[in-house]
Amino acid sequence: MVAAVDIDGRAAQLGINWSEINLDSIQLPPGDDFGIASDDEAVYHEDQSEFDTGFGNIIVVDHLPVVTREKYEKLEGVVKKIYNQLGVIRENGLWMPVDPDTKKTLGYCLIEFNTAQEAQNAKEKTHGYKLDKSHIFDVNKFDDFDRLMNVKEEWEPPQARPYVPAENYQKWLTDEKARDQLVIRHGADTEVYWNDPRQKMPVPVHKRPYWTESYVQWSPLGTYLVTLHKQGAAVWGGADTFTRLMRYQHSMVKLVDFSPGEKYLVTYHSQEPSNPRDASKVEIKVFDVRTGRMMRDFKGSADEFSIGGPGGVAGASWPVFRWAGGNDDKYFAKLSKNTISVYETETFSLIDKKSIKVDNVVDICWSPTDSILSLFVPEQGGGNQPAKAALIQIPSKVELRQKNLFSVSDCKMYWQSSGEYLAVKVDRYTKTKKSTYSGFELFRIKERDIPIEVLELDNKNDKIIAFAWEPKGHRFAVIHGDQPRPDVSFYTMKTAQNTGRVSKLATLKAKQANALFWSPTGKYIILAGLKGFNGQLEFFNVDELETMATAEHFMATEILWDPTGRYVATAVTSVHEMDNGFTIWSFNGNLLYRTLKDHFFQLAWRPRPPSFLTAEKEEEIAKNLKKYSKKYEAEDQDVSLLLSEQDREKRKALKEEWEKWVMQWKSLHEEEKLARQNLRDGEVSDVEEDEYEAKEVEFEDVIDVTEEIVQESM
Amino acid sequence: MRPILMKGHERPLTFLRYNRDGDLLFSCAKDHTPTLWYADNGERLGTYRGHNGAVWCCDVSRDSSRLITGSADQTAKLWDVQSGQELFTFKFGSPTRSVDFSVGDHLAVITTDPFMERTSAIHVKRIAEDPQDQVADSVLVLQSPEGRKRINRAVWGPLNQTIVSGGEDAVIRIWDSETGKLLKESDGEVGHKKPITSLAKAADDSHFITGSLDKTAKLWDMRTLTLLKTYSTVVPVNAVTMSPLLNHVVLGGGQDASAVTTTDHRAGKFEAKFYDKILQEEIGGVKGHFGPINALAFNPDGRSFSSGGEDGYVRLHHLDPDYFNIKI
Repeated sequence: MVAAVDIDGRAAQLGINWSEINLDSIQLPPGDDFGIASDDEAVYHEDQSEFDTGFGNIIVVDHLPVVTREKYEKLEGVVKKIYNQLGVIRENGLWMPVDPDTKKTLGYCLIEFNTAQEAQNAKEKTHGYKLDKSHIFDVNKFDDFDRLMNVKEEWEPPQARPYVPAENYQKWLTDEKARDQLVIRHGADTEVYWNDPRQKMPVPVHKRPYWTESYVQWSPLGTYLVTLHKQGAAVWGGADTFTRLMRYQHSMVKLVDFSPGEKYLVTYHSQEPSNPRDASKVEIKVFDVRTGRMMRDFKGSADEFSIGGPGGVAGASWPVFRWAGGNDDKYFAKLSKNTISVYETETFSLIDKKSIKVDNVVDICWSPTDSILSLFVPEQGGGNQPAKAALIQIPSKVELRQKNLFSVSDCKMYWQSSGEYLAVKVDRYTKTKKSTYSGFELFRIKERDIPIEVLELDNKNDKIIAFAWEPKGHRFAVIHGDQPRPDVSFYTMKTAQNTGRVSKLATLKAKQANALFWSPTGKYIILAGLKGFNGQLEFFNVDELETMATAEHFMATEILWDPTGRYVATAVTSVHEMDNGFTIWSFNGNLLYRTLKDHFFQLAWRPRPPSFLTAEKEEEIAKNLKKYSKKYEAEDQDVSLLLSEQDREKRKALKEEWEKWVMQWKSLHEEEKLARQNLRDGEVSDVEEDEYEAKEVEFEDVIDVTEEIVQESM
Repeated sequence: MRPILMKGHERPLTFLRYNRDGDLLFSCAKDHTPTLWYADNGERLGTYRGHNGAVWCCDVSRDSSRLITGSADQTAKLWDVQSGQELFTFKFGSPTRSVDFSVGDHLAVITTDPFMERTSAIHVKRIAEDPQDQVADSVLVLQSPEGRKRINRAVWGPLNQTIVSGGEDAVIRIWDSETGKLLKESDGEVGHKKPITSLAKAADDSHFITGSLDKTAKLWDMRTLTLLKTYSTVVPVNAVTMSPLLNHVVLGGGQDASAVTTTDHRAGKFEAKFYDKILQEEIGGVKGHFGPINALAFNPDGRSFSSGGEDGYVRLHHLDPDYFNIKI
């Protein structure tokens, strides 16, 4: 998509009056694309291959009874009757050849319809139609006949293609400088960059205009970048440049989702109904990412896909299918009215061929690492039947743990990223039912019998604005209290003295924050004030409980940690008109660089697959960090020296160039001095320079004169 | 640096001009009265009453005796600087946008806007020594090829041989001031992409700078019209000026006036931005206005500058000693 403004701008730049151009009058030379690669090029080719030769509306019906002349008209009548129901047969469109010798028909006829669609329809509907026991129609399109005639009698084994070693899809991980990639979309362009904090700039990797028609998304392990098009989705990746690896046909695809181990891609499309009272139609397809094969598709009205789940798009809450945790992509679940449908990916069918019946279930959530499903059922019967939060093991469908909750108004589930804890935020009504207050139910999944602990805030009337688990850790942060200055509290699930109880670490009073962003490695958190707080950022170290830095990215809409937790990107996207672009910070709040891009739509870091190192090994590295960091510090210094050297050179060159230009001017200015003076009626005009010029003036003065009479002694 | 706030206008500022000695500052605004200030302490010296519309531009003669002003009331007026007396009125059929005295002050170039059927034009008038002898006739009238697009500024080239103009069509043109022939046009590839809002000459007429809504300012050779430098900023540029002392340029601007109300002053970027003229790098910024900056002028001594904003204020800044030691 190109903004009209861009077109106008470009036109103005080329000196073209845009309004005077008749676009239809422009003819491109055949095969010329002006270097703009069409994103649906491949699909065009596919379409062209089945370009109709003008006989697309003709079908051949075989296996008709062989009849004599007397019965000819009767048979013609029967055939016409059958096919007139399926489409309009053209005038004289039915032709049943007759053997000139026997005067009998040959047992087939050709029918010409008005349109190719009708022909196709007729072919599909009547192929295999039983006229009677011995006459079963064999219907083909006339266009297919050549192809069918050319089928060789003998089977030829398909040629084995030589083995081509696949590219290393993980090559970006082997970057010498251990940089991370990020993708941005702005204007019509989609660009992938290295984040290079040493050079304080993004280093381009790949750029493509019109790469996608709506948005792009990385796969969960970073191997693929998926783009959306009218015809479907495509994934890109590879060793050096982004090449297209696979396409998935799904016309007008709106949303995509990967399974966590990126084996499967789920695509979503919904169509607005022509009658506004109807629900919109939804089609969801599940593809195998590597082979491109469609594994299953689901069709239905939006109602069937729209229960539960927060936010989402109109029509359905995305993702409709939620994938079980872990990287083996074994199960996915769908929530619909009173049922939870859990599918397994071996056969792409329901486990035990049955859905799980849970009356009034409104929300489900997978553990990020295990195949455990948590679900929430609200209160029913005006409070006679309590609300319930439960954990179900898949595929056994055994309920591991459940808890009844009373006078609940709403409930939200938060899994800790390694699946050790589940926090359920419960909003309860006060006795008067006029207001609500919040508390947490904390499940310890990995412990025996899954103990549950209840946590209430110090001031239990505080509203909870945000909640976030420390990734891979045992702490969580809560923003609570009332705007405009809420408090932020940190809790831990285990302390040195007390491993079994949750305890509070600290509360920070009156912070300008409404969102929490933990570093992916834990320990550091950004307390962010988005929207109403104009983009306040506080970089906080939770180990030391101290603020490392406070900063502001005015009007920031997005805060994204890189997958290693070393850098943070904050961005202002095109929801605001001004200052679109992104800023890169170090984890401790040092501003590294800013990049401004008009019409900035999206920024996404390329995820990394989980590390192969064991927790012990990682700890060991962390301990000996000083030893390792020396090498990198030295490298950093070299780079910065080199950069400043280059910078100096460049500046020197610029200065010299300017001096040269100025000198040339000065001489000319000098020559014209007289002319200027004349224009000013003889007034000496060029004081501009003279006034400030230092002149060396030799000055002689007579200080004293004495007369002496020198006597001559002759 | 503590600016002096000069509040004498009721409407947005449009133009600022120092006299050659740098002791007087003339300001024009959308209210009808150009105002004269002491450039040192910001004290108001007087006003020039007589216009009946927004005043877009002014120029002062080298000896600080004459002032010429161009106004939306379709006139340009000559004034006696000292007495404030109106000496002569040039009448046009459309608003006058820009005025500029030639070297020697015997000629003035005046641009007029497209208005009703009239297209934009550049008029050259002879300025008589004695106002009694002043005539209204134009010596030369130039028609822009893009007649419906406004010419925002026209100034004299070196030795009055040329006239340099820039306007809404984003093209800079150099005309022969004798014959009226169009000599040069700026290259569409390297030139501005959106309307040119402002144009300022270097003290020695060797180069000039243009500011544009495309968020850039560009430095050009005044004779060859070759592009020398480009300064990129984040907001549309409404005003530009150059330091006569150091190699610095100053850009001022801000969001379009119509969009200003949607954001607060921090988002609007109503800063006067200093750039290194040669390296094209930003040096610093001077905040203060709460509306876009429409006018900028450097004192000829290079030690102070003033800015005029959509907010109706003129801010006079005497630069700190630190400023003169900036090294990058």
